[in-house]
Amino acid sequence: MKVAYYKGCLASLSAKELDTSTQALAPKLGIELDELESVTCCGAGDIHEAEPDYYLHLNARILAYGEQTGADTLMTICNVCTLNLRQAAWQLKNDDELRERVNRNLETVGAPPYSGSIEVKHFLWLIAEGDGYEKLKQVAHKGLKGLKVAPFYGCQILRPSKVLGFEDPDKPHSLEAIIDACGGEAIDYPAKIKCCGFPIIQAREDTALGELIQPIEQATEAGADAMVTPCPLCHLSLDAWQSKLKAKTGRDFKMPILHLSQLIGVAAGLEESELKFKRHVVSVKPVLDKLEV
Amino acid sequence: MSEASVHTWEGQTMEVALKIWRVDENGERDLKTYEVEAPEWACLLDVLDIIKDRHDGTLAYRKSCRMMICGSCGMRMDGRAILACKERMKPIVDSGHVPVISSMGNMPIIRDLVVEMAPFWKKIRDVKPWLDAGYDEAAEKERVVSQQQMNVIAKESLCIMCGCCVSECNAMEADPDFRGPAALAKGMRFVGDPRDNIEVERLNELNDEHGIWDCTRCYFCNERCPKGVDPRDAIAKLGAESVKHDIDWDLGAKHAKWFITSTKTTGWLRETELVPKTQGIFGALKETKFALALARRGKVPPPGPIHVAAEVDEARALYNLVKEQGRDGAAGIVQGERGLARIEHVEAEQAERAAAEDGS
Repeated sequence: MKVAYYKGCLASLSAKELDTSTQALAPKLGIELDELESVTCCGAGDIHEAEPDYYLHLNARILAYGEQTGADTLMTICNVCTLNLRQAAWQLKNDDELRERVNRNLETVGAPPYSGSIEVKHFLWLIAEGDGYEKLKQVAHKGLKGLKVAPFYGCQILRPSKVLGFEDPDKPHSLEAIIDACGGEAIDYPAKIKCCGFPIIQAREDTALGELIQPIEQATEAGADAMVTPCPLCHLSLDAWQSKLKAKTGRDFKMPILHLSQLIGVAAGLEESELKFKRHVVSVKPVLDKLEV
Repeated sequence: MSEASVHTWEGQTMEVALKIWRVDENGERDLKTYEVEAPEWACLLDVLDIIKDRHDGTLAYRKSCRMMICGSCGMRMDGRAILACKERMKPIVDSGHVPVISSMGNMPIIRDLVVEMAPFWKKIRDVKPWLDAGYDEAAEKERVVSQQQMNVIAKESLCIMCGCCVSECNAMEADPDFRGPAALAKGMRFVGDPRDNIEVERLNELNDEHGIWDCTRCYFCNERCPKGVDPRDAIAKLGAESVKHDIDWDLGAKHAKWFITSTKTTGWLRETELVPKTQGIFGALKETKFALALARRGKVPPPGPIHVAAEVDEARALYNLVKEQGRDGAAGIVQGERGLARIEHVEAEQAERAAAEDGS
């Protein structure tokens, strides 16, 4: 299946390891990536909050360039991109008047129009739908040797469910099923559907850290060897800001945080040049030792 | 209990099992199981009434209107904040699930399912939930407001102040002083009212430390609101109105504006400059040690517009074009509400069509 691949900002910048591991893993799962070049940031919720009309146009433009690839699906690898693009798509698809105005503006600046045909799906959903878990069992041939993995969904892949709607926002199961299919053991804990604090980590660091500590603390107490997340913003928060938690609370969790594509990738035998675990702030070595990689 | 007081129901009944977290005045908790007979049409509130009337008169909970108007019966079912009068029990009974009922979160428990709402009401009062028309004496003529003007706050006006949004607010768990989704949605209800005359004063107050930019965008409030207020969207409207009025002194507003600059210049977020542009040079200097630790792992890309998206001039032109069209501020969010409101309708239509195709 060919998809329009929208990698978003972080996978081009601080989370390059997410891009390289996704690019290496996707073909093994039968997903051909057609990377979008003429697109911008989705606005990360920030532009929606500051200049919402501009947000709508930016996202319409991304969707329109996605449609130009001829693919039915625009694949995201970030929760925030997923919500921003899907929200804009619903607003435009369900309102002819609004879509016509936005398309006129896109035309004026030389961009293609958005027809409403392409569907935005997160990589996680593409893996989890259909016979995805069965396919995964074959791809993840090296397995996870019973590694205890705490799934962390984050917010904007679950809520608002009206806009996202892939699975029960209160009892999601896709990450658990993926961990299981790869030969790991999914750890359950209440904060797996809560916020990592990232959107306000610069403007309100204390509030953000008060949120961040909950999933890391609960996953630690539940005996997790590592956490996995489908969102690079959650990843950055959980991985890089652990040092700030240590400074603030004195607790050094040393919890390794994996991108979804890295967790499946390591089970599928991808190389370090693709997984790039060396780019993590918290060392992933204890996990790799356990997996004998 | 005298026989005369025992009411029996016409029609079908069902056996309902519930677990309720009972909490006494000392904070002692006990998860008690109840199994009662109830009519098939019963909602959770009906079942609680049956328990209280016939089985255990000590159970404490709030209720009044029974029709999703008064906002009294907010509580949690299996950890989700709900209105007890809105939850039908038949599908739950049929599934064999025994739900756990508990009090709402982010508010101290007084007893059983009753929470202390004084802090909630204080936050509502703090946003001045009344119109300030800017004059002392009423004008001679009635002031006519158009439907279009009132559409800006149509959703915010639906709030019944039940507290379900506050119950699961992630930012309030970390910062109990956060004004929270209910009070901020109420704030927007007056900021967006064309008859109000102190919009800028209100926005400046709502930009404070525990205001608009303290919201972490977890979207639990939108998910839980039983009336479709979508408080998170109301908070975004307040952010957009603030930026429209150049009220951009908060770090949150500066953070948001940097994304706009980034998309206009390189297309992608200029991540390395985000910290100094949000926190200022002195704030950024305090972060030097942290930034160096990240830089060692390659997580601090070189600053400046080196990673430029193709055709980025289109984004810049779009920005200039939409600014001319005057839909900035809350209007930019309001215009999308019609499309979002149709999601369920469109999905139901698609399901019907798919079912019809399967049938043929």
